[in-house]
Amino acid sequence: MADRLGKRFGRRWALRGCSLTVPAGAVVGVVGANGAGKSTFLHLTVGLLDPSEGELRVLGGRPGGEHLGRVAFVAQDAPVYGSFSVGDHLRLGSRTNPTWDGHLAERRLAHLGLDLRQRADRLSGGQRSQLALTLAIAKRPELLVLDEPVASLDPLARRAFLGDVMELAAEARPTVVLSSHLLSDVERACDHLIVMVQGQVAADGPVDALLARHKVLTGPRRDVRSLPAHLSVVQERHTERQTTMLVRADGPILDPSWIVAEVGLEEMVLAYMATGGGREKPLHVAAVAP
Amino acid sequence: MIHFRVDSSSGVPSYRQIVDQVQQALRLGLLRAGDQLPTVKEVVAQVAINPNTVLKAYRELEHAGLAEGRPGVGTFVTRSLAGDSLAAHHKLRVELGRWLGKARSAGLDEASIEALFDSTLHASAAEGVA
Repeated sequence: MADRLGKRFGRRWALRGCSLTVPAGAVVGVVGANGAGKSTFLHLTVGLLDPSEGELRVLGGRPGGEHLGRVAFVAQDAPVYGSFSVGDHLRLGSRTNPTWDGHLAERRLAHLGLDLRQRADRLSGGQRSQLALTLAIAKRPELLVLDEPVASLDPLARRAFLGDVMELAAEARPTVVLSSHLLSDVERACDHLIVMVQGQVAADGPVDALLARHKVLTGPRRDVRSLPAHLSVVQERHTERQTTMLVRADGPILDPSWIVAEVGLEEMVLAYMATGGGREKPLHVAAVAP
Repeated sequence: MIHFRVDSSSGVPSYRQIVDQVQQALRLGLLRAGDQLPTVKEVVAQVAINPNTVLKAYRELEHAGLAEGRPGVGTFVTRSLAGDSLAAHHKLRVELGRWLGKARSAGLDEASIEALFDSTLHASAAEGVA
């Protein structure tokens, strides 16, 4: 749960006025353009950064400190210790984590065909990601945070990696938060979405509810200021005679001059990203704080 | 056991694709009453989709009376959709194959064959109703 959360680097706000709640056990996709504040948000969530303003509660407390043991984080590009072997990583994991499941880690690595004696800097991108994910999973976290986990993987490794994350989600039901530019992956894997635009939360909520609430309207050209108050325009396009817009509808669309169409996740996210602005009013999301 | 495919670019919701694939397998006799559907964990590990999507598909199959969840064991097929017609499938398939051969030698491409089949199917269904 975040309440008016903000983070400033020097004079620049990377994140400002972010309020949202994520239900425990959700698989959350964090999407947005580069520099929209995704990584900053994830780093705040795991306690690697402290908020400049506002409040953030994770698993019922403030991030970091005694919560670290219940949270696993895989940073961008899955950093590992280059000169350490795969086996060294497991030993390090077992010494530093009270809830460490060594059997699970060894089973996973054997299944992936990773040699315990292999030096980590000799691993391929896919193997490194899988090692980092193995370390994260073996920790048996209640919250798993993945920053662009599949960005450097080929399509096959990407599918395998996501499959493993989904298997964990089905089995142990941790809350999973992952950022990605790959909207088709997010659509497959996530049931909850956070759309970030220029350091603000432009939209958030369960994917089904968000998609049900957004519509594409097509009709004769008109001024968007003449729309009823319960429609907020996310994106509008006009030709000489026609207006097409993607709206967030907080009520029924009754005007018969509009042709109303459903939207897909990708179309909705791209519309928000194209606006480059924040949302006008907060979305009310019925959710249980973790 | 059935293997699911989920194509995220098809425009069809993922849970719908799973329901459709089960129904198709039931119609073709590839799944029968008593067969176990893969567990949620198996499906998500294989096709990398959200567990709730699979749960939703299985709930819909249960709702349609086609499957039943047994707590702690898994989800099982309760009813086939092939019925008694299954025995006739083989002969019909051979005849259809012959017909397709004729259509191709008459110069119809795949899209034209589909269009002809669909329109004839709908016309005969309309006749049946009338």
